[in-house]
Amino acid sequence: MKKISKIYMSLLLLFFYLPIFVLIVFSFNTTKSRSVFEGFTFDWYVKLFHNELILTSFRNTIIISLLASVLSTILGTAAAIGINNMKKLPKATALNVNNIPIINPEIVTGVSLMLLFVFFAARMNFSFGFGTLLIAHITFDVPYVVLNVMPKFRQMNPNIYEAAQDLGCNSVQAFFKVVLPEIMPGIISGFLMSFTFSLDDFVISYFTSGATSQTLPITIYSMTRRKVSPEINALSTIIFAVVVLVLLLKNVIDKKSEKEMAI
Amino acid sequence: MKKKLISAPYIIWMAVFIVVPLMMVAYFAFTDGDGNFTLDYIANVAQYTNIFVRSIWLAAIATVICLIIAYPASFILATMDKKHQSTMIMIVMLPMWMNFLLRTYAWMTLLGNNGIINRALGLIGLGPYKLLNTQGAVVLGMVYNYLPYMILPLYSVIVKIDKMLLEAAQDLGCNSRKVLFKVVFPLSLPGVMSGITMVFVPAISTFIISRMLGGGSNLLIGDLIEMQFLGNSYNPNLGAGISLVLMVIVLLIMTIMNQFDSDDEDRVLI
Repeated sequence: MKKISKIYMSLLLLFFYLPIFVLIVFSFNTTKSRSVFEGFTFDWYVKLFHNELILTSFRNTIIISLLASVLSTILGTAAAIGINNMKKLPKATALNVNNIPIINPEIVTGVSLMLLFVFFAARMNFSFGFGTLLIAHITFDVPYVVLNVMPKFRQMNPNIYEAAQDLGCNSVQAFFKVVLPEIMPGIISGFLMSFTFSLDDFVISYFTSGATSQTLPITIYSMTRRKVSPEINALSTIIFAVVVLVLLLKNVIDKKSEKEMAI
Repeated sequence: MKKKLISAPYIIWMAVFIVVPLMMVAYFAFTDGDGNFTLDYIANVAQYTNIFVRSIWLAAIATVICLIIAYPASFILATMDKKHQSTMIMIVMLPMWMNFLLRTYAWMTLLGNNGIINRALGLIGLGPYKLLNTQGAVVLGMVYNYLPYMILPLYSVIVKIDKMLLEAAQDLGCNSRKVLFKVVFPLSLPGVMSGITMVFVPAISTFIISRMLGGGSNLLIGDLIEMQFLGNSYNPNLGAGISLVLMVIVLLIMTIMNQFDSDDEDRVLI
Protein backbone atom coordinates (compact mmCIF):
# COMPACT_ATOMS: atom_id res chain seq x y z
CA MET A 1 0.00 0.00 0.00
CA LYS A 2 2.78 2.40 0.99
CA LYS A 3 4.51 1.73 -2.31
CA ILE A 4 1.41 2.50 -4.36
CA SER A 5 0.99 5.79 -2.47
CA LYS A 6 4.55 6.76 -3.19
CA ILE A 7 4.24 5.97 -6.90
CA TYR A 8 0.95 7.88 -7.06
CA MET A 9 2.38 11.00 -5.42
CA SER A 10 5.48 10.86 -7.62
CA LEU A 11 3.34 10.74 -10.75
CA LEU A 12 1.27 13.67 -9.47
CA LEU A 13 4.37 15.74 -8.77
CA LEU A 14 5.76 14.81 -12.18
CA PHE A 15 2.53 16.13 -13.74
CA PHE A 16 2.80 19.35 -11.72
CA TYR A 17 6.49 20.03 -12.23
CA LEU A 18 7.40 18.62 -15.65
CA PRO A 19 5.96 21.57 -17.62
CA ILE A 20 7.71 24.07 -15.35
CA PHE A 21 10.95 22.09 -15.56
CA VAL A 22 10.84 22.07 -19.37
CA LEU A 23 10.14 25.83 -19.35
CA ILE A 24 13.19 26.41 -17.19
CA VAL A 25 15.50 24.18 -19.25
CA PHE A 26 14.60 25.91 -22.52
CA SER A 27 15.22 29.34 -21.03
CA PHE A 28 18.93 28.46 -21.41
CA ASN A 29 18.63 27.23 -24.99
CA THR A 30 20.69 28.99 -27.66
CA THR A 31 17.98 28.75 -30.34
CA LYS A 32 14.28 29.46 -30.27
CA SER A 33 13.48 25.75 -30.58
CA ARG A 34 11.13 24.46 -27.90
CA SER A 35 11.96 20.81 -28.27
CA VAL A 36 15.67 20.44 -29.07
CA PHE A 37 18.28 21.73 -26.68
CA GLU A 38 21.14 23.07 -28.77
CA GLY A 39 23.44 24.79 -26.34
CA PHE A 40 23.66 26.76 -23.14
CA THR A 41 23.27 30.53 -23.00
CA PHE A 42 22.17 33.39 -20.76
CA ASP A 43 21.15 35.51 -23.78
CA TRP A 44 17.43 35.42 -23.07
CA TYR A 45 18.00 36.73 -19.56
CA VAL A 46 20.13 39.59 -20.89
CA LYS A 47 17.43 40.38 -23.46
CA LEU A 48 14.80 40.23 -20.74
CA PHE A 49 16.58 42.84 -18.64
CA HIS A 50 16.84 45.14 -21.64
CA ASN A 51 13.17 44.77 -22.54
CA GLU A 52 11.69 48.17 -21.69
CA LEU A 53 8.09 46.89 -21.89
CA ILE A 54 8.67 44.12 -19.36
CA LEU A 55 10.55 46.37 -16.95
CA THR A 56 7.85 49.06 -17.03
CA SER A 57 5.05 46.57 -16.55
CA PHE A 58 6.97 44.93 -13.72
CA ARG A 59 7.28 48.32 -12.02
CA ASN A 60 3.57 48.98 -12.62
CA THR A 61 2.66 45.63 -11.07
CA ILE A 62 4.68 46.30 -7.92
CA ILE A 63 3.30 49.84 -7.49
CA ILE A 64 -0.31 48.79 -8.08
CA SER A 65 -0.08 45.72 -5.83
CA LEU A 66 1.54 47.62 -2.96
CA LEU A 67 -0.80 50.61 -3.17
CA ALA A 68 -3.91 48.47 -3.59
CA SER A 69 -3.05 46.09 -0.77
CA VAL A 70 -2.09 48.86 1.70
CA LEU A 71 -5.26 50.86 0.95
CA SER A 72 -7.37 47.68 1.05
CA THR A 73 -5.93 46.70 4.40
CA ILE A 74 -6.84 50.08 5.93
CA LEU A 75 -10.28 50.18 4.31
CA GLY A 76 -10.99 46.52 5.11
CA THR A 77 -9.84 46.65 8.74
CA ALA A 78 -11.98 49.75 9.39
CA ALA A 79 -14.89 48.03 7.65
CA ALA A 80 -14.48 44.86 9.72
CA ILE A 81 -14.55 46.85 12.97
CA GLY A 82 -17.75 48.63 11.94
CA ILE A 83 -19.45 45.56 10.50
CA ASN A 84 -18.64 43.59 13.64
CA ASN A 85 -20.60 46.15 15.69
CA MET A 86 -23.65 46.09 13.43
CA LYS A 87 -26.97 44.44 14.23
CA LYS A 88 -27.68 41.03 12.76
CA LEU A 89 -29.46 42.00 9.53
CA PRO A 90 -27.18 44.85 8.34
CA LYS A 91 -24.19 42.69 9.28
CA ALA A 92 -25.40 39.77 7.18
CA THR A 93 -26.19 42.10 4.26
CA ALA A 94 -22.78 43.79 4.39
CA LEU A 95 -20.97 40.42 4.54
CA ASN A 96 -23.01 39.03 1.65
CA VAL A 97 -22.20 42.01 -0.57
CA ASN A 98 -18.58 41.71 0.55
CA ASN A 99 -18.57 38.09 -0.71
CA ILE A 100 -19.85 38.95 -4.19
CA PRO A 101 -16.40 39.59 -5.77
CA ILE A 102 -15.12 36.32 -4.28
CA ILE A 103 -18.00 34.18 -5.52
CA ASN A 104 -18.62 35.86 -8.88
CA PRO A 105 -16.61 34.64 -11.89
CA GLU A 106 -13.64 36.99 -12.32
CA ILE A 107 -14.64 37.84 -15.86
CA VAL A 108 -18.05 39.11 -14.68
CA THR A 109 -16.41 41.33 -12.04
CA GLY A 110 -14.03 42.66 -14.69
CA VAL A 111 -16.75 43.31 -17.23
CA SER A 112 -19.06 44.98 -14.70
CA LEU A 113 -16.31 47.37 -13.58
CA MET A 114 -15.45 48.07 -17.19
CA LEU A 115 -19.08 49.04 -17.90
CA LEU A 116 -19.03 51.40 -14.92
CA PHE A 117 -15.74 53.01 -15.99
CA VAL A 118 -16.86 53.36 -19.63
CA PHE A 119 -20.06 55.05 -18.46
CA PHE A 120 -18.26 57.57 -16.26
CA ALA A 121 -15.21 58.05 -18.49
CA ALA A 122 -17.41 59.61 -21.14
CA ARG A 123 -19.21 61.88 -18.66
CA MET A 124 -16.42 62.87 -16.29
CA ASN A 125 -13.63 63.09 -18.81
CA PHE A 126 -11.06 60.58 -17.57
CA SER A 127 -9.55 57.61 -19.35
CA PHE A 128 -8.68 54.04 -18.47
CA GLY A 129 -5.32 53.74 -16.76
CA PHE A 130 -3.70 53.76 -13.37
CA GLY A 131 -6.79 55.08 -11.53
CA THR A 132 -9.27 52.56 -12.90
CA LEU A 133 -6.79 49.72 -12.37
CA LEU A 134 -6.22 50.75 -8.75
CA ILE A 135 -9.96 50.98 -8.04
CA ALA A 136 -10.50 47.53 -9.56
CA HIS A 137 -7.70 45.99 -7.51
CA ILE A 138 -8.96 47.53 -4.26
CA THR A 139 -12.46 46.24 -5.05
CA PHE A 140 -11.35 42.61 -5.28
CA ASP A 141 -8.74 42.91 -2.47
CA VAL A 142 -10.83 44.33 0.40
CA PRO A 143 -13.20 41.32 0.68
CA TYR A 144 -10.23 39.11 1.61
CA VAL A 145 -9.07 41.58 4.27
CA VAL A 146 -12.56 41.69 5.80
CA LEU A 147 -12.78 37.88 5.76
CA ASN A 148 -9.40 37.59 7.48
CA VAL A 149 -10.03 40.23 10.17
CA MET A 150 -13.64 39.36 11.13
CA PRO A 151 -12.89 35.99 12.81
CA LYS A 152 -10.29 37.66 15.05
CA PHE A 153 -13.07 39.65 16.76
CA ARG A 154 -14.91 36.44 17.50
CA GLN A 155 -11.79 34.95 19.11
CA MET A 156 -11.12 38.09 21.17
CA ASN A 157 -12.45 38.51 24.69
CA PRO A 158 -14.96 41.39 24.33
CA ASN A 159 -14.34 42.50 27.91
CA ILE A 160 -10.71 43.49 27.48
CA TYR A 161 -11.68 46.63 25.57
CA GLU A 162 -13.84 47.76 28.49
CA ALA A 163 -11.21 46.68 30.99
CA ALA A 164 -8.68 48.95 29.24
CA GLN A 165 -11.12 51.84 29.50
CA ASP A 166 -11.77 51.11 33.19
CA LEU A 167 -8.03 51.22 33.74
CA GLY A 168 -7.87 54.73 32.29
CA CYS A 169 -7.48 54.44 28.54
CA ASN A 170 -9.64 56.62 26.34
CA SER A 171 -11.35 54.80 23.48
CA VAL A 172 -8.60 55.61 20.96
CA GLN A 173 -5.87 54.38 23.32
CA ALA A 174 -7.91 51.31 24.17
CA PHE A 175 -8.23 50.51 20.49
CA PHE A 176 -4.55 50.94 19.60
CA LYS A 177 -3.16 49.32 22.76
CA VAL A 178 -5.59 46.46 23.22
CA VAL A 179 -7.82 45.69 20.22
CA LEU A 180 -5.30 46.27 17.41
CA PRO A 181 -2.66 43.82 18.74
CA GLU A 182 -5.40 41.19 19.11
CA ILE A 183 -6.57 41.46 15.49
CA MET A 184 -3.08 42.05 14.02
CA PRO A 185 -2.56 38.47 12.74
CA GLY A 186 -5.78 38.78 10.72
CA ILE A 187 -4.71 42.15 9.33
CA ILE A 188 -1.33 40.80 8.27
CA SER A 189 -2.70 37.71 6.56
CA GLY A 190 -5.34 39.88 4.87
CA PHE A 191 -2.62 42.19 3.59
CA LEU A 192 -0.46 39.33 2.30
CA MET A 193 -3.42 37.68 0.61
CA SER A 194 -4.51 40.86 -1.17
CA PHE A 195 -0.92 41.59 -2.19
CA THR A 196 -0.47 38.18 -3.81
CA PHE A 197 -3.88 38.34 -5.50
CA SER A 198 -3.01 41.78 -6.92
CA LEU A 199 0.39 40.57 -8.15
CA ASP A 200 -1.17 37.59 -9.86
CA ASP A 201 -4.37 39.08 -11.25
CA PHE A 202 -4.82 38.99 -14.99
CA VAL A 203 -8.53 38.79 -15.84
CA ILE A 204 -9.85 41.85 -13.96
CA SER A 205 -6.79 43.97 -14.87
CA TYR A 206 -7.24 43.00 -18.51
CA PHE A 207 -10.66 44.64 -18.61
CA THR A 208 -9.82 47.73 -16.54
CA SER A 209 -6.23 48.75 -17.35
CA GLY A 210 -6.19 50.62 -20.65
CA ALA A 211 -3.06 50.95 -22.77
CA THR A 212 -0.96 53.18 -20.51
CA SER A 213 -0.65 51.14 -17.31
CA GLN A 214 -0.12 47.50 -18.22
CA THR A 215 0.77 45.04 -15.50
CA LEU A 216 3.17 42.11 -15.88
CA PRO A 217 0.46 39.45 -16.41
CA ILE A 218 -1.02 41.54 -19.24
CA THR A 219 2.41 41.88 -20.86
CA ILE A 220 2.99 38.14 -20.49
CA TYR A 221 -0.35 37.53 -22.19
CA SER A 222 0.53 39.73 -25.16
CA MET A 223 3.91 37.95 -25.38
CA THR A 224 2.29 34.51 -25.54
CA ARG A 225 0.14 35.74 -28.42
CA ARG A 226 3.32 36.29 -30.45
CA LYS A 227 4.21 32.59 -30.47
CA VAL A 228 7.87 31.80 -29.87
CA SER A 229 9.86 33.97 -27.48
CA PRO A 230 12.20 32.29 -24.99
CA GLU A 231 12.22 35.53 -22.99
CA ILE A 232 8.99 34.27 -21.39
CA ASN A 233 10.85 31.13 -20.32
CA ALA A 234 13.54 33.26 -18.73
CA LEU A 235 10.89 35.35 -16.99
CA SER A 236 9.10 32.20 -15.74
CA THR A 237 12.36 30.84 -14.38
CA ILE A 238 12.99 34.01 -12.41
CA ILE A 239 9.42 34.12 -11.07
CA PHE A 240 9.59 30.44 -10.12
CA ALA A 241 12.90 30.97 -8.30
CA VAL A 242 11.44 33.92 -6.38
CA VAL A 243 8.34 31.93 -5.42
CA VAL A 244 10.43 28.99 -4.19
CA LEU A 245 12.65 31.35 -2.20
CA VAL A 246 9.73 33.18 -0.57
CA LEU A 247 7.95 29.94 0.37
CA LEU A 248 11.14 28.42 1.78
CA LEU A 249 11.72 31.54 3.85
CA LYS A 250 8.14 31.48 5.11
CA ASN A 251 8.52 27.81 6.04
CA VAL A 252 11.71 28.50 8.00
CA ILE A 253 10.07 31.39 9.88
CA ASP A 254 6.99 29.28 10.67
CA LYS A 255 9.14 26.43 11.99
CA LYS A 256 11.12 28.85 14.13
CA SER A 257 8.05 30.45 15.70
CA GLU A 258 6.59 26.98 16.32
CA LYS A 259 9.71 26.05 18.24
CA GLU A 260 9.56 29.25 20.27
CA MET A 261 5.92 28.56 21.05
CA ALA A 262 6.84 25.10 22.29
CA ILE A 263 9.42 26.55 24.67
CA MET B 1 -22.15 53.30 19.01
CA LYS B 2 -20.06 55.57 16.81
CA LYS B 3 -18.03 52.53 15.81
CA LYS B 4 -20.45 51.68 13.02
CA LEU B 5 -19.46 54.88 11.22
CA ILE B 6 -15.96 53.62 10.66
CA SER B 7 -17.22 51.10 8.10
CA ALA B 8 -19.06 53.83 6.15
CA PRO B 9 -16.23 54.35 3.59
CA TYR B 10 -16.25 50.67 2.63
CA ILE B 11 -20.05 50.48 2.62
CA ILE B 12 -20.08 53.36 0.11
CA TRP B 13 -17.22 51.69 -1.82
CA MET B 14 -19.19 48.43 -2.04
CA ALA B 15 -22.28 50.30 -3.22
CA VAL B 16 -20.39 52.17 -5.96
CA PHE B 17 -17.96 49.49 -7.14
CA ILE B 18 -19.78 46.21 -6.45
CA VAL B 19 -23.54 46.82 -6.47
CA VAL B 20 -23.80 49.56 -9.11
CA PRO B 21 -21.58 47.73 -11.66
CA LEU B 22 -23.71 44.59 -11.33
CA MET B 23 -26.85 46.68 -11.77
CA MET B 24 -25.28 48.14 -14.89
CA VAL B 25 -24.71 44.63 -16.24
CA ALA B 26 -28.41 43.95 -15.71
CA TYR B 27 -29.36 47.34 -17.22
CA PHE B 28 -27.25 46.78 -20.35
CA ALA B 29 -28.61 43.25 -20.72
CA PHE B 30 -32.21 44.48 -20.82
CA THR B 31 -31.86 47.68 -22.87
CA ASP B 32 -30.75 48.55 -26.40
CA GLY B 33 -28.19 51.20 -27.37
CA ASP B 34 -30.70 54.03 -26.82
CA GLY B 35 -31.75 52.88 -23.36
CA ASN B 36 -35.12 51.40 -24.38
CA PHE B 37 -36.24 48.22 -22.66
CA THR B 38 -35.74 45.12 -24.77
CA LEU B 39 -35.45 41.37 -24.34
CA ASP B 40 -33.62 40.97 -27.65
CA TYR B 41 -30.15 40.54 -26.20
CA ILE B 42 -31.22 37.97 -23.62
CA ALA B 43 -33.05 36.15 -26.42
CA ASN B 44 -29.95 36.40 -28.61
CA VAL B 45 -27.94 34.51 -26.00
CA ALA B 46 -29.89 31.44 -27.14
CA GLN B 47 -27.94 31.56 -30.44
CA TYR B 48 -24.87 30.62 -28.51
CA THR B 49 -26.39 27.56 -26.83
CA ASN B 50 -23.70 25.36 -28.38
CA ILE B 51 -20.95 27.44 -26.73
CA PHE B 52 -22.75 27.27 -23.38
CA VAL B 53 -23.17 23.53 -23.70
CA ARG B 54 -19.50 23.12 -24.66
CA SER B 55 -18.34 25.24 -21.70
CA ILE B 56 -20.49 23.36 -19.19
CA TRP B 57 -19.43 20.01 -20.70
CA LEU B 58 -15.66 20.71 -20.73
CA ALA B 59 -15.76 22.27 -17.25
CA ALA B 60 -17.72 19.27 -15.95
CA ILE B 61 -15.21 16.77 -17.45
CA ALA B 62 -12.31 18.76 -15.96
CA THR B 63 -14.04 18.82 -12.55
CA VAL B 64 -14.64 15.06 -12.58
CA ILE B 65 -11.03 14.35 -13.60
CA CYS B 66 -9.81 16.70 -10.86
CA LEU B 67 -11.94 14.87 -8.29
CA ILE B 68 -10.70 11.45 -9.43
CA ILE B 69 -7.04 12.52 -9.30
CA ALA B 70 -7.34 14.63 -6.14
CA TYR B 71 -9.21 12.21 -3.89
CA PRO B 72 -6.50 9.56 -3.54
CA ALA B 73 -3.85 12.31 -3.40
CA SER B 74 -5.65 14.11 -0.56
CA PHE B 75 -6.14 10.82 1.27
CA ILE B 76 -2.45 9.98 0.98
CA LEU B 77 -1.51 13.48 2.15
CA ALA B 78 -3.90 13.36 5.09
CA THR B 79 -2.72 9.98 6.31
CA MET B 80 0.98 10.76 5.83
CA ASP B 81 3.53 11.02 8.59
CA LYS B 82 2.74 14.34 10.36
CA LYS B 83 6.39 15.39 10.16
CA HIS B 84 6.46 15.55 6.36
CA GLN B 85 2.85 16.60 5.83
CA SER B 86 3.28 20.38 5.75
CA THR B 87 6.35 20.16 3.51
CA MET B 88 4.52 17.87 1.09
CA ILE B 89 1.50 20.21 0.99
CA MET B 90 3.84 23.07 0.19
CA ILE B 91 5.41 21.12 -2.67
CA VAL B 92 2.00 20.25 -4.10
CA MET B 93 0.77 23.84 -3.85
CA LEU B 94 3.93 25.50 -5.14
CA PRO B 95 3.08 25.49 -8.88
CA MET B 96 -0.14 27.33 -8.03
CA TRP B 97 1.94 30.34 -7.05
CA MET B 98 3.19 30.78 -10.60
CA ASN B 99 1.01 32.95 -12.78
CA PHE B 100 -1.54 30.76 -14.59
CA LEU B 101 -0.59 32.33 -17.92
CA LEU B 102 2.93 30.94 -17.57
CA ARG B 103 1.65 27.52 -16.53
CA THR B 104 -0.67 27.44 -19.53
CA TYR B 105 2.13 28.68 -21.80
CA ALA B 106 4.26 25.78 -20.60
CA TRP B 107 1.66 23.31 -21.89
CA MET B 108 1.44 25.23 -25.16
CA THR B 109 5.10 24.54 -25.81
CA LEU B 110 4.82 20.90 -24.71
CA LEU B 111 1.80 20.04 -26.83
CA GLY B 112 2.75 21.84 -30.07
CA ASN B 113 3.43 19.97 -33.30
CA ASN B 114 7.15 20.50 -32.76
CA GLY B 115 6.78 20.19 -29.00
CA ILE B 116 8.60 17.78 -26.76
CA ILE B 117 5.77 15.26 -26.57
CA ASN B 118 5.49 14.88 -30.33
CA ARG B 119 9.30 14.73 -30.66
CA ALA B 120 9.45 11.99 -28.07
CA LEU B 121 6.68 10.06 -29.81
CA GLY B 122 8.49 10.58 -33.09
CA LEU B 123 11.59 8.86 -31.70
CA ILE B 124 9.60 5.66 -31.23
CA GLY B 125 8.00 6.09 -34.63
CA LEU B 126 4.62 7.52 -33.66
CA GLY B 127 2.81 10.69 -34.62
CA PRO B 128 3.05 13.58 -34.90
CA TYR B 129 -0.38 13.90 -33.38
CA LYS B 130 -2.44 17.06 -33.25
CA LEU B 131 -2.42 17.69 -29.50
CA LEU B 132 -2.63 21.47 -29.33
CA ASN B 133 -5.83 23.29 -30.37
CA THR B 134 -8.08 20.41 -29.34
CA GLN B 135 -10.77 20.10 -26.69
CA GLY B 136 -8.58 17.59 -24.90
CA ALA B 137 -5.87 20.24 -24.54
CA VAL B 138 -8.41 22.67 -23.05
CA VAL B 139 -9.52 20.08 -20.48
CA LEU B 140 -5.89 19.29 -19.70
CA GLY B 141 -5.20 23.00 -19.12
CA MET B 142 -8.18 23.26 -16.78
CA VAL B 143 -7.14 20.17 -14.81
CA TYR B 144 -3.54 21.37 -14.54
CA ASN B 145 -4.52 24.86 -13.38
CA TYR B 146 -7.34 24.00 -10.98
CA LEU B 147 -6.29 20.63 -9.49
CA PRO B 148 -4.80 22.29 -6.36
CA TYR B 149 -8.21 23.89 -5.69
CA MET B 150 -9.63 20.38 -5.43
CA ILE B 151 -6.82 18.89 -3.35
CA LEU B 152 -6.82 21.65 -0.73
CA PRO B 153 -10.45 21.44 0.53
CA LEU B 154 -10.45 17.61 0.27
CA TYR B 155 -7.26 17.35 2.28
CA SER B 156 -8.44 19.71 5.01
CA VAL B 157 -11.67 17.72 5.47
CA ILE B 158 -10.09 14.25 5.38
CA VAL B 159 -7.31 15.22 7.81
CA LYS B 160 -9.96 16.14 10.41
CA ILE B 161 -11.74 12.77 10.28
CA ASP B 162 -11.30 10.96 13.60
CA LYS B 163 -9.11 7.88 13.01
CA MET B 164 -10.97 6.06 15.80
CA LEU B 165 -14.07 6.03 13.57
CA LEU B 166 -12.15 4.04 10.95
CA GLU B 167 -10.94 1.56 13.56
CA ALA B 168 -14.46 1.29 14.98
CA ALA B 169 -15.82 0.50 11.51
CA GLN B 170 -13.16 -2.19 11.05
CA ASP B 171 -13.92 -3.65 14.47
CA LEU B 172 -17.57 -3.81 13.51
CA GLY B 173 -16.69 -5.92 10.48
CA CYS B 174 -16.08 -3.56 7.57
CA ASN B 175 -13.33 -4.39 5.13
CA SER B 176 -11.15 -1.51 3.96
CA ARG B 177 -13.22 -0.88 0.85
CA LYS B 178 -16.39 -0.61 2.96
CA VAL B 179 -14.61 1.74 5.40
CA LEU B 180 -13.75 3.98 2.48
CA PHE B 181 -17.24 4.11 0.97
CA LYS B 182 -19.34 4.00 4.16
CA VAL B 183 -17.24 6.13 6.52
CA VAL B 184 -14.52 8.20 4.86
CA PHE B 185 -16.41 9.29 1.74
CA PRO B 186 -19.63 10.45 3.48
CA LEU B 187 -17.60 12.36 6.05
CA SER B 188 -15.57 14.07 3.34
CA LEU B 189 -18.63 15.23 1.34
CA PRO B 190 -18.38 18.90 2.41
CA GLY B 191 -14.82 18.96 1.04
CA VAL B 192 -15.96 17.28 -2.19
CA MET B 193 -18.67 19.91 -2.62
CA SER B 194 -16.44 22.93 -2.04
CA GLY B 195 -13.77 21.35 -4.26
CA ILE B 196 -16.31 20.92 -7.07
CA THR B 197 -17.39 24.57 -6.84
CA MET B 198 -13.83 25.82 -6.61
CA VAL B 199 -12.86 23.99 -9.81
CA PHE B 200 -16.07 24.27 -11.80
CA VAL B 201 -16.67 28.03 -11.41
CA PRO B 202 -13.27 29.20 -12.70
CA ALA B 203 -13.26 26.44 -15.35
CA ILE B 204 -16.61 27.41 -16.84
CA SER B 205 -15.72 31.11 -17.02
CA THR B 206 -12.12 30.89 -18.25
CA PHE B 207 -11.17 32.53 -21.53
CA ILE B 208 -7.41 32.29 -21.59
CA ILE B 209 -7.00 28.53 -21.32
CA SER B 210 -9.38 27.92 -24.20
CA ARG B 211 -7.66 30.53 -26.35
CA MET B 212 -4.11 29.38 -25.68
CA LEU B 213 -4.69 25.63 -25.81
CA GLY B 214 -7.92 25.35 -27.79
CA GLY B 215 -7.03 27.51 -30.78
CA GLY B 216 -9.82 29.56 -32.33
CA SER B 217 -12.28 26.73 -32.76
CA ASN B 218 -13.05 25.83 -29.16
CA LEU B 219 -14.64 29.05 -27.89
CA LEU B 220 -16.03 29.07 -24.36
CA ILE B 221 -18.43 31.46 -22.62
CA GLY B 222 -15.52 33.55 -21.36
CA ASP B 223 -14.18 34.06 -24.90
CA LEU B 224 -17.64 35.06 -26.07
CA ILE B 225 -17.95 37.70 -23.32
CA GLU B 226 -14.45 39.01 -23.94
CA MET B 227 -15.16 39.37 -27.67
CA GLN B 228 -18.19 41.58 -26.97
CA PHE B 229 -16.16 43.98 -24.86
CA LEU B 230 -12.59 44.04 -26.17
CA GLY B 231 -12.74 42.07 -29.40
CA ASN B 232 -13.76 43.00 -32.91
CA SER B 233 -17.48 42.54 -32.36
CA TYR B 234 -17.98 45.32 -29.81
CA ASN B 235 -21.47 44.83 -28.35
CA PRO B 236 -21.67 45.53 -24.60
CA ASN B 237 -25.42 44.85 -24.47
CA LEU B 238 -25.02 41.31 -25.74
CA GLY B 239 -21.91 40.88 -23.57
CA ALA B 240 -23.89 41.96 -20.51
CA GLY B 241 -26.65 39.52 -21.43
CA ILE B 242 -24.20 36.62 -21.67
CA SER B 243 -22.52 37.66 -18.38
CA LEU B 244 -25.91 37.71 -16.68
CA VAL B 245 -26.71 34.18 -17.89
CA LEU B 246 -23.25 32.98 -16.76
CA MET B 247 -23.83 34.50 -13.31
CA VAL B 248 -27.19 32.74 -13.02
CA ILE B 249 -25.61 29.39 -13.97
CA VAL B 250 -22.85 29.85 -11.40
CA LEU B 251 -25.29 30.89 -8.65
CA LEU B 252 -27.51 27.91 -9.45
CA ILE B 253 -24.58 25.49 -9.15
CA MET B 254 -23.43 27.04 -5.89
CA THR B 255 -26.93 26.80 -4.39
CA ILE B 256 -27.17 23.14 -5.38
CA MET B 257 -23.73 22.43 -3.92
CA ASN B 258 -24.57 24.23 -0.67
CA GLN B 259 -27.63 22.00 -0.22
CA PHE B 260 -25.31 19.08 0.45
CA ASP B 261 -23.28 21.11 2.83
CA SER B 262 -24.97 20.88 6.20
CA ASP B 263 -22.19 22.28 8.33
CA ASP B 264 -21.71 25.92 7.39
CA GLU B 265 -18.97 26.48 9.93
CA ASP B 266 -16.70 23.88 8.40
CA ARG B 267 -16.87 25.30 4.90
CA VAL B 268 -13.43 25.55 3.44
CA LEU B 269 -12.67 28.96 2.02
CA ILE B 270 -9.22 29.99 0.94
